[in-house]
Amino acid sequence: MAQPDTPHTVHPSGDNRFKLLDRAITKHQASGDALIEILHAAQGIFGFLESDLLVYIAQALRLPYSRVYGVATFYHFFRMKPTGEHTFVLCSGTACYVKGSAEIQKAVEHHCNCKFGETTADNAISLISARCVGSCGLAPVAVLDNAVAGKLTPDESLRRIRQWQEERKEEAA
Amino acid sequence: MTLEDLRELAGHEQDRQTKFRFRILYCSSAGCVSSGCDDVKKTLRAALDAGGFAETCELIGTGCLGLCGEGPLVLVQPGPVMYRHVTPAIAQRIVDEHIAQGKPVEEHRVNLADPFFAAQTRIVLERMGTINAESIDECIAAGGYEALGKVLTEMAPEEVVAEIRKSGLRGRGGAGYSTGLKWDIVRKGKADQKYVVCNADEGDPGAFMDRSVLEGDPHRVLEGMAIAGYAVGANQGFIYVRAEYPLAIDRLRTAIRQAEKLGLLGNRILESQFNFRIDLRIGAGAFVCGEETALLRSVMGRRGRPRPRPPYPSESGLWGKPTLINNVETFANIAPIIAKGSAWFSGIGTPKSTGTKVFALAGNVRNTGLIEVPMGIPLRRIIFDIAGGTPEGTEFKAAQTGGPSGGCIPKEHLDLPVDYESLATVGSIMGSGGMIVMDSTASMVDVAKYFMEFCMDESCGKCIPCRVGTKHIYLLLDKISRGEGSAEDFGLLKELCTMVRETSLCGLGQSAPNPVLSTIRFFQEEYTRLLKPPTEFADGGTGGAHASVSAEGKE
Repeated sequence: MAQPDTPHTVHPSGDNRFKLLDRAITKHQASGDALIEILHAAQGIFGFLESDLLVYIAQALRLPYSRVYGVATFYHFFRMKPTGEHTFVLCSGTACYVKGSAEIQKAVEHHCNCKFGETTADNAISLISARCVGSCGLAPVAVLDNAVAGKLTPDESLRRIRQWQEERKEEAA
Repeated sequence: MTLEDLRELAGHEQDRQTKFRFRILYCSSAGCVSSGCDDVKKTLRAALDAGGFAETCELIGTGCLGLCGEGPLVLVQPGPVMYRHVTPAIAQRIVDEHIAQGKPVEEHRVNLADPFFAAQTRIVLERMGTINAESIDECIAAGGYEALGKVLTEMAPEEVVAEIRKSGLRGRGGAGYSTGLKWDIVRKGKADQKYVVCNADEGDPGAFMDRSVLEGDPHRVLEGMAIAGYAVGANQGFIYVRAEYPLAIDRLRTAIRQAEKLGLLGNRILESQFNFRIDLRIGAGAFVCGEETALLRSVMGRRGRPRPRPPYPSESGLWGKPTLINNVETFANIAPIIAKGSAWFSGIGTPKSTGTKVFALAGNVRNTGLIEVPMGIPLRRIIFDIAGGTPEGTEFKAAQTGGPSGGCIPKEHLDLPVDYESLATVGSIMGSGGMIVMDSTASMVDVAKYFMEFCMDESCGKCIPCRVGTKHIYLLLDKISRGEGSAEDFGLLKELCTMVRETSLCGLGQSAPNPVLSTIRFFQEEYTRLLKPPTEFADGGTGGAHASVSAEGKE
């Protein structure tokens, strides 16, 4: 396998995760054409794309920072902020819409006191709105911590969220 | 591996399968995963082992069985007998009663003679639900890669293109351009390097056909791409797939690795002189990347922004080289056309729209799921026979096809044949295959607003008509839906729609007004009912509640 032209030693911060990122960059021969692939890898490793991280990627791929930032912010999938401990991803596809996802949205936003696209003040739950997740037969659908929940109702959504909140309280106690 | 070796492998696999008395296939597509097929699988495995059926009964994860709303689904062969709503307890009973005593569990049995299954014609989905989605051997035993072998041993590239042209196959991504013609342009292009790209960026909300094909029969798509590569003279292919489809990505990775290992992809395929590699490119959530020029930019690691055409990608695509872009379903049709001939294919459907179309049925219907029907089938047959009509107590109002680029079809047009031209006459499009049924409870103004919000969010911002126009259309729709719009606003809305449609740069903007125009065309009274009467000035006393808005705008 080809070595990167600028061999990266341990990152000054001492964060070993950069080694994983370097490996992904090497795999794509540090090619600027693979920017999206590398951003995917970076988000997988770090959870979200901080601006320092984008600078690091820009240097490694020898691209202007503006280009890396432009691509990272263009696509919905890339997150610039960390997510909360739990994620509630509500599908906003047509089938879910027709089957009443707006009611779920309203109930959840009211309960969590924050809007979709935001994280609750205590950093417990991130509300994320997704384009169609493709499980339209089970509409309305939400993805709760990476598990798809189909035929959801506002009550059931709130029950699941309360469950998270109680677990958190117990852990704290 | 040569073609003979491939056939030998197919024979071995067929022999292996006949050794089992029963084959239990559980649907392992995303829909059934969401309804809990993993637990069902575990119970089935444990019950089979405990009952001593491990040797005589094979348990397999297969592709989409179609009836997604009734999952998890399990199919038992021979028979076949299909079960719906299978819980671990039912799974236990299937083993105890059906496998052990030969008595099917009747309460959970699906009637396979129901029009949902009987009225379908399956080409793209033919292997779906009959093979293990992760086994290349089973795919080969069911005829996989036979067409690629035929092409490499018996046909010249121009003969392949001619065969596809004769079949009348048209692009299944929505626009319906002749596939053979596109292949011909790329084949004739003079360049040292050409590319084949599979558009699997299924962004239309409410559409999941491509996802199901990639999850259930990925080799079908790989084979179609390899045949295309041979026909147009490309040695590199890319599949651009949405990041929202992790299972499809996983299955594709497995499939590519398996095909490379057997020499069905990579260098010297089936010991011919033909080389073809396929790499995956994972999208990152931008609807506009379904537009071909935007998709190409995204494959090259850029922002997915479209550019004016011409030049078309078939002349200047990836890195300026001739590039063939087809949709998943289009590629999935290639192998059967080569294997069974263009005459067979063009005999299905209508003279101008040949073959079949896969639709994802969703919304207010009894049977939601994945179906494949011959082109030209009346809409009524899809909605009332196959989908079983709307749930009790509600009335059919409209079917929406083509997602945010399409339109709705009201009940007066239920007898419309579903083909490219007929759908266009009522202001809708074939689209990629999402079909959402709405009943009398749906407000068409809200539906139009929903789609416009989608287009507004997804506009890439490059051209002004789309960037600013969709925003203003949305604001007008919002105003009207809150009961605050005037007749003047309604006039402006219509004018703005025409402007955005005619002046936007790419397909996203050009088609964004379609849902609005189409709902105005068929349900104008729903708009006018919400308009403020011209003489009256409401003082905002209603606080946004639109239920009490005065009836009958005078327009």
